[in-house]
Amino acid sequence: MLWLMPTLPALGFLILVLTAGSLPKRAVAVIGAGSVGLSFLVAALAAVAFLNSGEDAVIQTLWTWMAVGNFTPGFTLYLDGLSLVMILIITGVGFLIHLYSTGFMIDDPSYSRFFSYMNLFVAAMLILVLADNLVLLYLGWEGVGLCSYLLIGFWYDKPENGYAARKAFVVTRVGDTSMAIGLFLLFAQLGTLNIQDLLVAAEMQWAVGSTLPVVTALLLLGGAVGKSAQLPLQTWLPDAMAGPTPISALIHAATMVTAGVYLIARTHILFELAPSVQLLVAWIGLITLLMAGFTALTQHDIKRILAYSTISQIGYMFLGLGVGAWSASIFHLMTHAFFKALLFLAAGTVILSLHHEHDIFKMGGKRKQLPVAFLSFLIGSLALAAFPFTSGFFSKDEILLAALEMEGPGVWLWLGGVIGAFFTGIYSFRLVFVVFFGESKAHHDDKEQAGWVMAGPLYLLMLLSLLGGFISIPVDSVFSPGEAPEEHHVSALIHGIMIAVPLIGIGLSYLFYGSKTLSVEKLMAGSFAQGLHRFWFSGWGMDALYRTVFITPFLWLARINRNDFVDACYAGIVQLTRAGNALIVRSQTGMLRWYALSLAAGLVLLVTLGVLL
Amino acid sequence: MEETMTTIPIEHGLILAGILFCLGLVGVLTRRNIIFVLMSLEIMLNAAGLAFIVAGAAWGQAEGQVMFIMILTLAAAEVAVGLGLIIQVYRRYHTVDINVLSQMKG
Amino acid sequence: MIVLFYLAAAIAVIATVAVILQTNIVHALIYLILSLLAIAVVFYVMGAPFAAVLEAIVYAGAIMVLFLFVIMMLNLGQHSRDQERSWLNPRIWIAPGLMAGLLLVQLLSVIGQLDPGNEISRVDVMAVSGLLFGPYVLAVELASILLLAGLVSAYHLAKK
Repeated sequence: MLWLMPTLPALGFLILVLTAGSLPKRAVAVIGAGSVGLSFLVAALAAVAFLNSGEDAVIQTLWTWMAVGNFTPGFTLYLDGLSLVMILIITGVGFLIHLYSTGFMIDDPSYSRFFSYMNLFVAAMLILVLADNLVLLYLGWEGVGLCSYLLIGFWYDKPENGYAARKAFVVTRVGDTSMAIGLFLLFAQLGTLNIQDLLVAAEMQWAVGSTLPVVTALLLLGGAVGKSAQLPLQTWLPDAMAGPTPISALIHAATMVTAGVYLIARTHILFELAPSVQLLVAWIGLITLLMAGFTALTQHDIKRILAYSTISQIGYMFLGLGVGAWSASIFHLMTHAFFKALLFLAAGTVILSLHHEHDIFKMGGKRKQLPVAFLSFLIGSLALAAFPFTSGFFSKDEILLAALEMEGPGVWLWLGGVIGAFFTGIYSFRLVFVVFFGESKAHHDDKEQAGWVMAGPLYLLMLLSLLGGFISIPVDSVFSPGEAPEEHHVSALIHGIMIAVPLIGIGLSYLFYGSKTLSVEKLMAGSFAQGLHRFWFSGWGMDALYRTVFITPFLWLARINRNDFVDACYAGIVQLTRAGNALIVRSQTGMLRWYALSLAAGLVLLVTLGVLL
Repeated sequence: MEETMTTIPIEHGLILAGILFCLGLVGVLTRRNIIFVLMSLEIMLNAAGLAFIVAGAAWGQAEGQVMFIMILTLAAAEVAVGLGLIIQVYRRYHTVDINVLSQMKG
Repeated sequence: MIVLFYLAAAIAVIATVAVILQTNIVHALIYLILSLLAIAVVFYVMGAPFAAVLEAIVYAGAIMVLFLFVIMMLNLGQHSRDQERSWLNPRIWIAPGLMAGLLLVQLLSVIGQLDPGNEISRVDVMAVSGLLFGPYVLAVELASILLLAGLVSAYHLAKK
């Protein structure tokens, strides 16, 4: 029954592609959203059966993909606690987003194309998380990359959308190549790419901290940071907001960007065998978390704020992975999917209602005008800022506590995470206060666009964001088989700090943006502040850095090779022949005496040779 | 008479032929009037014939003279044809300059 | 006899030099006839009387006369004499002179390497005609066809 899950959206994709826009919009909506909905039902049934059976894992082999010597990967689906959580998120949140998009994209002429791409994405993502071997996982990995490209550049008549799509594809490609090399290395060393066999073999053959696990873990980490938009490959995600808002919700918040986290969690034994790399994961997570947090503080495009906040939250997940809190990271992944999808969908409502306005400083006081969106943003931001007893609170706390318990740099990681939480509170509520409170800047008469297809998913996600913290996910059997779950024993002071810090952030944000007691202008008056603002706004200069280091030399190389050096060689040969011809043709003067002279000269030469030799 | 005849060295005859041949060659290469070129060609042919006669005399065989007769015939035919062509050239270009025959240039 | 040989040889060489240096075309032709006749004498001294006579009759008598006819027909007058003088500047002698000189040197060196002393013997008409009607009769026929071809082409090419 597992195979139905990716097949149903794939079928949806095929039907929509083959009918290519000739179906009425209602049929497209039913097929598009319905296939994912059915997939969710199957997932739910599979979940119930799995949890009741009490097994560790369910394996379903569909067919052998290829058989080359020792290399026989199969199209095999593997269900355990981790992939169970992932498929429920993907199909569940995915279904809600599909439902929302049936309303959101209703005026778009490429309605059918949108849903075909979305369905293909869900199918590829399901293959990714259900894959039993790394080759199949890579297939899903590439599939989601492709769909991301197609969907970011969905409105392709605007060239900047195409640019953003290309940027996303190329940057993630760098990560994908690193991952592919990692796969090659793994196969060469361990002889198999079946994940479970691989992990067992690695544990047996490789010593902790030796070169091989370090190198493979680094390569896989390269792939993960590409897909999950962490340092140094995070530059593509803010620009990916050029795509329609539902796909920002689905791909760039809830599912695709979490693929990196999933990969590291899946191959966690490799990372445990390379503690230096695992620590690196934590540091990458922390630095990205802080960088994105500072940047989100300066942005004014509503979707870019959410994009940077996504980068920041995935940084938390990486932090959790880095300190060995596997279950906590996956838990945060789930809760993040809930509230980030909620925030993005609400942002979509705001944008749509205000006639595609993206700048938050052009909105203001929309509380009464956009009630559903206001409620969604409020609840979503509370969860994002880890307000007590929201889902975000529980998951973030678990990660930070695990960080604290780690020896060595754990305290610094914990401190960084707390500072990040502080800033998260500030920027998330900055958004809420600027958009929904204060004076109404423009769009006074726009009505909220929230029919039941759009409002329904929002309400459901609101519920999940509030209560999702109480769901316990069955991943412990994956990460620590046979052990009892740990309890954290920390002082009340630590708990107090972790609760208070986001609240302080929210309060500060209120003072600046809500009641305007403190003035943002005064803060920004100095040139240092302005410089800092510019630096943070540009994403810490990473785009400029990459442009100088990679893009400009490459374009220069392309430019100097415009006349195609190899072609010039061939043309050179032609020119040489022509020149030789011109030279020799000069001897054909047409004059009889010249020919007679050359005859005589030849004769004399021959006779000379005859005499001499 | 037989005794005095035998004291002329063969080499001298061949040397004479060689000198005449080279003179004819110089004439072919330097003169610009077609008729002079043709005359120089005749000198060269004659020199070749002389060489043949000398060789025939040296070996005491009549083939030398037979060959000379052939050369003679050849020269006659060639002169006839050549002069006919010269007449045509003169009719067309109204000059006997050999340099006008340069349409095969390039 | 020896004296006759060298004398005739000298005349031939001098006359040939005069041919190639002349500007007046008829004078050159006369010098050429002189050279040919001198060569005929050389042939006689070399013990080939038949060849000598043939040289005098055919070469000097017929072929040169043919030249003369054409020259007269073209009617190249004083104007052509001046033209010739202008064409014949010393500069053009260098390259051909060098090449011919080189060739002459080589020929002389090769001839110098020959084994000396085959005696010259006289070959009279009987021997020649015996060969012509014997083994070389085919050559004679071919020569006559060649002459025929020459005749036809000369007629055709000189037509208006």
